[in-house]
Amino acid sequence: MMILQSLRRQPMHGYALVQHIKQRSNELLQVEEGSLYPALQRMLKDNLVKAQWETSASNRKVRAYRITPAGIKHLEREVSSFEQMLKGIHLVLAPAES
Amino acid sequence: MSWLRQLFTRRQIYRDLSEEIQQHLAEKVEALMAEGMSRKDAEYAARREFGNVARIEESGHEPWMWPRAESILADIRFAFRKLRHSPGFSLTAILTLAVGIGANVVTFSVLNGILLHPLDVPHPENLLQIGENESYPDYRDYQDRNQSFSGMLAYKVLSVGIGINKSVSSSWGNAASGNYFDVLGLQPALGHFFHASEEHGRGSAPYIVLSYDFWQRHLAASPRAIGKIVLLNQHPFTVIGVAPQNFHGTDYFFWPDYWIPAVNAEQVTGWDDFDWRRHRGFTLLGRLKPGITRQQATQNMEAIARQMAKQYPDDEGLTLTVHKPGPAGNSNDPTKKAVLGMTLLAVLVLLAACANLAGIFAARAADRSSELAIRLAIGSSRWAVARQLLTEAVLVSLIGGIVGTFFARLLLAAIAQIRVSDFPAHFLIAPDLRVYLVAIALSVASGIVFAILPARQVWNTDVLQSIKSNYVAAGSFRRFAMRDALLFIQVAVCTLLVTSALVAVQGMVQRLHAPLGIAPGGVTLAQVDLKVAGVPDAQSRIVQRRLLDATAAIPGVTAAATSDYVPFLGIWGWGVYSWDTTQDTPSHVAFSAICYSVSPGYFHVAGTHLLSGRDFTPGDKLGAPTVTIVNETFARRLFGTTRAVGKRFKLFQPVRLEIIGVVEDGKYADPGEDPEPAMFIAYAQGIGPYVVSSPITVLARSSLPQDQITRALHNALSQVVTTAPINVLSWSDAIDRSMMPARTAAVVLGVMGLMAALLAATGIFGMASYSVSKRMREQGIRIALGAQRYQVIRSTLSRPIFILLGGSCIGLISGLLVARLLARLVSFPSTSDPLVLSCVVLTMMLLGLASTWIPARRALAIDPARLLRES
Repeated sequence: MMILQSLRRQPMHGYALVQHIKQRSNELLQVEEGSLYPALQRMLKDNLVKAQWETSASNRKVRAYRITPAGIKHLEREVSSFEQMLKGIHLVLAPAES
Repeated sequence: MSWLRQLFTRRQIYRDLSEEIQQHLAEKVEALMAEGMSRKDAEYAARREFGNVARIEESGHEPWMWPRAESILADIRFAFRKLRHSPGFSLTAILTLAVGIGANVVTFSVLNGILLHPLDVPHPENLLQIGENESYPDYRDYQDRNQSFSGMLAYKVLSVGIGINKSVSSSWGNAASGNYFDVLGLQPALGHFFHASEEHGRGSAPYIVLSYDFWQRHLAASPRAIGKIVLLNQHPFTVIGVAPQNFHGTDYFFWPDYWIPAVNAEQVTGWDDFDWRRHRGFTLLGRLKPGITRQQATQNMEAIARQMAKQYPDDEGLTLTVHKPGPAGNSNDPTKKAVLGMTLLAVLVLLAACANLAGIFAARAADRSSELAIRLAIGSSRWAVARQLLTEAVLVSLIGGIVGTFFARLLLAAIAQIRVSDFPAHFLIAPDLRVYLVAIALSVASGIVFAILPARQVWNTDVLQSIKSNYVAAGSFRRFAMRDALLFIQVAVCTLLVTSALVAVQGMVQRLHAPLGIAPGGVTLAQVDLKVAGVPDAQSRIVQRRLLDATAAIPGVTAAATSDYVPFLGIWGWGVYSWDTTQDTPSHVAFSAICYSVSPGYFHVAGTHLLSGRDFTPGDKLGAPTVTIVNETFARRLFGTTRAVGKRFKLFQPVRLEIIGVVEDGKYADPGEDPEPAMFIAYAQGIGPYVVSSPITVLARSSLPQDQITRALHNALSQVVTTAPINVLSWSDAIDRSMMPARTAAVVLGVMGLMAALLAATGIFGMASYSVSKRMREQGIRIALGAQRYQVIRSTLSRPIFILLGGSCIGLISGLLVARLLARLVSFPSTSDPLVLSCVVLTMMLLGLASTWIPARRALAIDPARLLRES
């Protein structure tokens, strides 16, 4: 979800994606950098993202990932169900707080 | 098709992934160095943060794979590698299985073709055979009286000379009741069939329906064949139709060339079948009415048979059974028994092979126990390891199965080519889908059977122990292990096979040396059928005389005679009544005797010794007292003594015969048969109103080379009889031909016995050498502690030898039982000859000794010091 959301903003290659997620989460999410790649492969397989070899701004050969229309749809579905769940959790937890 | 594309682009995807990861690391390193790290530190840090590259690549591959299929593929590849590494083992295993499975494919094909394959007619399931051999008047009564069958047909086999466009060839077909095709529910491929409604009494339907094959062979599949006139034994018949291509009659081995209405059979054969209740030459098939069970039909027919037995003296003691047509339905059919016997043996061979391979595989698994234990230790599941072993075993057995099936096909093709004379016998045993399915099932099943043991070992492996001491679980050597049971079974089965093989071979040898009562060497036979030639009965004696004269005139022929049939080439018989019997009903028949109708001088040419009395003379002709010569068995059976000259007996009203001579016993149809009563009558006298059967066999004794006399005889006789084919062959060949089934059986048994012996040898050898090598260290310690040589030998070999003895005993006993069964099946003389038994024991002992000798030497050669140091 995070990956797709990041890619929706702009196409990125793997390394940039890792840095992006790290920054956005204020380094709260400490993931193994490598674990990103199997996830990307799964999305490639499911046709949620597309990959293309490009040359980056720093003149490096990189593989940039782009979100596909199917990916956007999937993301929206995921986000809405995630929000539903959050809302649910929130509602359950709310009385205990008050 | 995306999965297909994926299959091809996968390599590219993997390459992209690893390049991407490398780029990632490089970028990370640069970034870290920009923060002031040294390159070395930066590389370490980058890798640390990235995680395990290999594992991540692996899991990056996963989305693109079919995990189960690929791991099985990997198993197969690994199994191939393993097998390539031990070619000797693989080859042995594959060949062993090829032999076992091949033998089974052959026997199953035969079984399938003969017993399982239904007749090629619509709804074969409700078509049943009624009785065995029935007469036509009885058939008509059954038809009228039964309530179980919607239709009932009758047919008999007919051999005729068929003349098409002036060329005559001998040919076999069916004379059938008019409703034959209607009851079967067939439609013609061309023209139309004959029907019951077209019959109006004898000789009223001179129609012939040809088989598809015959139409193709002899009439070039021409549609103009319909309406054509063909001559059957010189009588004209009109071709009205051609049977469907896949219809080969209603017998299993016999494929008729044609069908004619039974009402016209007499016209062709001269035999009157229609009013003779005692002439049982027809086969009956019936279609069950809907809703009637076989049980009900049987009861119905049994009741009818009882009624008729009371009503007609000729039907005395009549019984009827209702069963499936062909060998499958007949519980006493010799072919069926023989095929089942062979199948049993083939299964036993496969069982022995499996037991053998299970032993070998178990040994291999144990040898690899440390490898397997390591795989278990680093996280492979037990199931994965067991699956690997299973894959290996199934792979071996599949390859074995393929090789076996291949050879089986070659063998079957050869069997299908077998022809016995001009009789259109066919064996529909070409392997079909069912056979291949069985072959695959057998392969996979045997693979699983012999992999279960090693797989069980894996299950019970104690990983820690195995790795620590490179040592097989000691427990399996204390108790009676599974492996021992396997070896026991194997030895028992192999002894069984060796026993039956030896018994069969001995039977065959005995049979080859049995006195035949004739001297076939130098005698050439020429067969011609006067009926086929269209010779009227009244003239047949004249033609016979001319044939005999033409033969005697050939230069180089020293003696000539004729008979209707001769031993090993055709047979005919009559029921014999004692002189004082007043009733000639079937229950008063003393016995039935083989009958030959011979010319004077027959015994001289055939080489049969006249023991007492005289030979026939030209004086024994029509009008003279009717005389006969009998063999010893005949005389003994009827009179209790061989001094029978001058005694008399009857055949049927009004045939009374006086015995003028007694000849030695002989073999008449089969060299293995028990002594049969036989009688000889004078051809010139005939039997009662009949000039005995129409075939004439000319016997010519000559010292000319075989091809020369064959040609001369053929030329001379075809000038006498121009309208029928003449079949010339040497008597020895005819006898050889009749021995072929027995010979084949002996060869098959011999080969199976040999295979069994080989399997036993390798099995015992494997077991013994395995137990030696696994107990090497123990024996080393024993020797170091001062054990004597014989003690070492005893402790290593006592188990295999104990198993060998036990297995042999069981195998020997069951082998004798099987041999007795086989003896009945293929009419070998049954034997529990002590010579054969001691041969078996000796063979097994020698095998045992030979195959334990090498391991025993290894056990003795143990150098304790070195051995203990090494481990």
